[in-house]
Amino acid sequence: MKSRLATLALTTALTLPGLALARPVTLTTTLNSYGGDGAYLALYVTDASGAYVGSLWMAGDKSRYYEHLSAWYAATGGDPAQINGITGASVGAGRTLQITLDLADSLFDAGYTLHIDAAVEDMRDSPNEIAVPLTAAGAGTPVQGRRYISSFVYQ
Amino acid sequence: MIRALHRWPGLVALILVTVLALSGAALSVFPLAERLTAQQPVAGQSVADLAARVAAAHPGLEEIRRSPSGTITAWWFDGGTPGSAVIDPATGANVGSADPNQMERWLTNLHRSLFLDDAGRLVMAAGAAAMLVLALSGAVLVARRTGGWRRWFARLRGPLAGRLHVELARVAVLGLALSAATALWMTASTFDLLPDGALRPADPAAVSGQMAFPLEQMAALQDVPVNTLRKLSFPYAGDAQDMFTLSTDAGTGLIDQGTGGLLSWADLTPWQQVSETIYMLHTGQGAAVLGLVLGLIALIVPVMGVTGALIWAAGRRGRPRLRDNAPASRAQTVILVGSEGGSTWGFAATLARALRGAGQAVHVAPMLAFDPTRYPKAERFLILAATYGEGDAPASAKGFLDRLARMAPTAPLAVLGFGDRSFPAFCAFAAKVEAAARAKGWAVLLPMDTVDRQSPQDFARWGRALGQAIGVTLELDRQPARPVAASLTLVSRRDYGEAVQAPTAILRFALPRATLWARLTGRGFARFQAGDLLGILPEGSTVPRFYSLASGRRDGFVEIVVKKHPGGLCSGQLLALEPGDAVQAFLRRNPGFHAGRGRAPLILIGAGTGIGPLAGIIRANTRRRPVHLVFGMRHADSDFLYGEDLTTWQAEGRLTQLSTAVSRGARPHYVQDALRAEAAQVAEAIRKGARIMVCGGRDMAQGVAQALDDILAPMGLTPAMLKAGGRYVEDVY
Repeated sequence: MKSRLATLALTTALTLPGLALARPVTLTTTLNSYGGDGAYLALYVTDASGAYVGSLWMAGDKSRYYEHLSAWYAATGGDPAQINGITGASVGAGRTLQITLDLADSLFDAGYTLHIDAAVEDMRDSPNEIAVPLTAAGAGTPVQGRRYISSFVYQ
Repeated sequence: MIRALHRWPGLVALILVTVLALSGAALSVFPLAERLTAQQPVAGQSVADLAARVAAAHPGLEEIRRSPSGTITAWWFDGGTPGSAVIDPATGANVGSADPNQMERWLTNLHRSLFLDDAGRLVMAAGAAAMLVLALSGAVLVARRTGGWRRWFARLRGPLAGRLHVELARVAVLGLALSAATALWMTASTFDLLPDGALRPADPAAVSGQMAFPLEQMAALQDVPVNTLRKLSFPYAGDAQDMFTLSTDAGTGLIDQGTGGLLSWADLTPWQQVSETIYMLHTGQGAAVLGLVLGLIALIVPVMGVTGALIWAAGRRGRPRLRDNAPASRAQTVILVGSEGGSTWGFAATLARALRGAGQAVHVAPMLAFDPTRYPKAERFLILAATYGEGDAPASAKGFLDRLARMAPTAPLAVLGFGDRSFPAFCAFAAKVEAAARAKGWAVLLPMDTVDRQSPQDFARWGRALGQAIGVTLELDRQPARPVAASLTLVSRRDYGEAVQAPTAILRFALPRATLWARLTGRGFARFQAGDLLGILPEGSTVPRFYSLASGRRDGFVEIVVKKHPGGLCSGQLLALEPGDAVQAFLRRNPGFHAGRGRAPLILIGAGTGIGPLAGIIRANTRRRPVHLVFGMRHADSDFLYGEDLTTWQAEGRLTQLSTAVSRGARPHYVQDALRAEAAQVAEAIRKGARIMVCGGRDMAQGVAQALDDILAPMGLTPAMLKAGGRYVEDVY
């Protein structure tokens, strides 16, 4: 899982019309040693009003467990089209998930928020484990999650 | 077919299924342990009450869960740090760590996926499928072996590995089938092959926007008893639009945090309910005792695997490679084999070798491939047939009777049955073959004969008769793997019967020294009891003769009773022994003719040398089990074997009653007559569960069976019924 690199063609929702300029962004999510099985993580973006915009990555490949990523599930209804082609394996305790993707410039400093929902078998579901505003200034600043994520950083 | 369906998944999946079973058995302990350590529930407590108590003790409460065993766990996020603990529902206070048990997690991952994620899950699912196929095909085989589904728990006989395999199987098969079938269902569910996903309650059009309604007054939680709770998730701190999510064993609902009212609800779907029940049955989560029972049953699997592999290996060993098998088209003699475990093939190979030695072109084939048109040159068919269960065709003879009925006779045939006389259906299949062949008009080369318990003597005798019939000399020297013989030294002998022209002797040999290995494994002379067999190898012959033992290991000597047969090689040598002389001998167990444990009365019936094992049983009866001995002799002054000992044993309480029958004299009297004379008493003992053991010549045994027929009839019983229940056993020669 360490240093998984992926360059993604983003879902149309994230490539806003007329703003084709995009830059590669690396998202690094490190889990703490919470003592359970591999965590499911959903990375997605909401706009200034809190409305769902699109998904960036889904760590975990069994759709029957997606309901435990409850905020993401509530926003998408578990729609598989939202994560088509951007799904990977779940992330073990203490491991790091690193993904690199092209994010439109227009997503930064425009009120968008990056969320991570986390869920672990037989442990508490943790929606909004991370909720961090996407800003140019915030890049490179690690954020701590609530329960399973020891640090998250985008740059 | 069923057998192949049982054998191959068994051998291929042996290790996989063993890993599944052992890890499953280990996992089965956890639900019970959890249930035993779970906090006492508070009678009649509502979720509202529980939530209020927990929330009071834990600021930032995020979630409360109740496991099927009743353990309540809380999760909170307070002051920037997450926390979790097991909760006492009465106080809301922490009573223990909520961290997952690492051992259980490790075992679970091994059990369901070999730590290999989806690939491992599929491998383990294949293991479960193999287990299911094994359980179902095994059940059919058990029913076939015991003679039908209704006789599922009938007494078993035969070699230890096979018996143990079936004994365990009939206890375990239901549990194993349940575990395997539920495992497959769970795998299908994991891979989204079943429509058992949860329904989400509909999002409400609007929420109150209020916060901090007192938990204990929430209407939607007040009516929910704690013992139906699965999970209560709290709204996100500070988010007025968020809601409580309540999951119970009936469904999932959303609750307004400002009013405590239910906003929407979704029931569990029927598929979900089925899946949850199956999950409970498989894991024991919520059914701890059932889980533990299934776990214990799973422990049987490795034993079944090992015994199953042993049965398979024994079958393979017993089936020799056919060398110099003449092509079917040129064969003069065709040997057809009907074998279940494979031992009959060994006899067929010996027969084929002997016939080849006599210049014959011999073709050996399984009975199931029988087609007389394939053998244009055949001069005779020799059919060697074992019997499966209660007279069924053995594996390599399936469909033979149907084929026989369709084919026109070509050459004369002879049938030799293989079996175990202690079974009620001794050589029944061979008899069916013989009857069918005669009915169809096949010429009979030799009347049907039988080989009891792979007796080399029986086989050699039949071989001589066959040789005479076809005009060659046939010496069939069939040597089943014979244990290493030990040298036994005669200690003393007591002679009887000279006066009635039946020289008989009780021969007592010193116990040979057992090696440490033999003692540890209970092999050879390290462990034996009256009723087991002593194989004697007479000088000048490699074919052993078997004598029933009249002593057990505890007696400290080896004793047999031998009567001199005119011209008998072995009995002649034995009766010529003087103290200090030695013979070569080995031990063969005969568990079918042991007295067994228990307090039920014994009725021992024997004549002549047949008293040997019976005397040994009486001598070993220190627990004073009621024993009635019926003994037939020729003349009380001449061949009253063990006469003085019997008096002593009666005085010591080892023998309760002695009836004798004397056949020489003015009024000849046989054991069956003695039995009839005491019919009422015998019937009473049988009513009390008595076990009948008969040892002696075949004629005597037949007479006894007829007498018992008459005695049992008024009770609505038959000797066959007693035999089937293991209460009527014979050692006949």
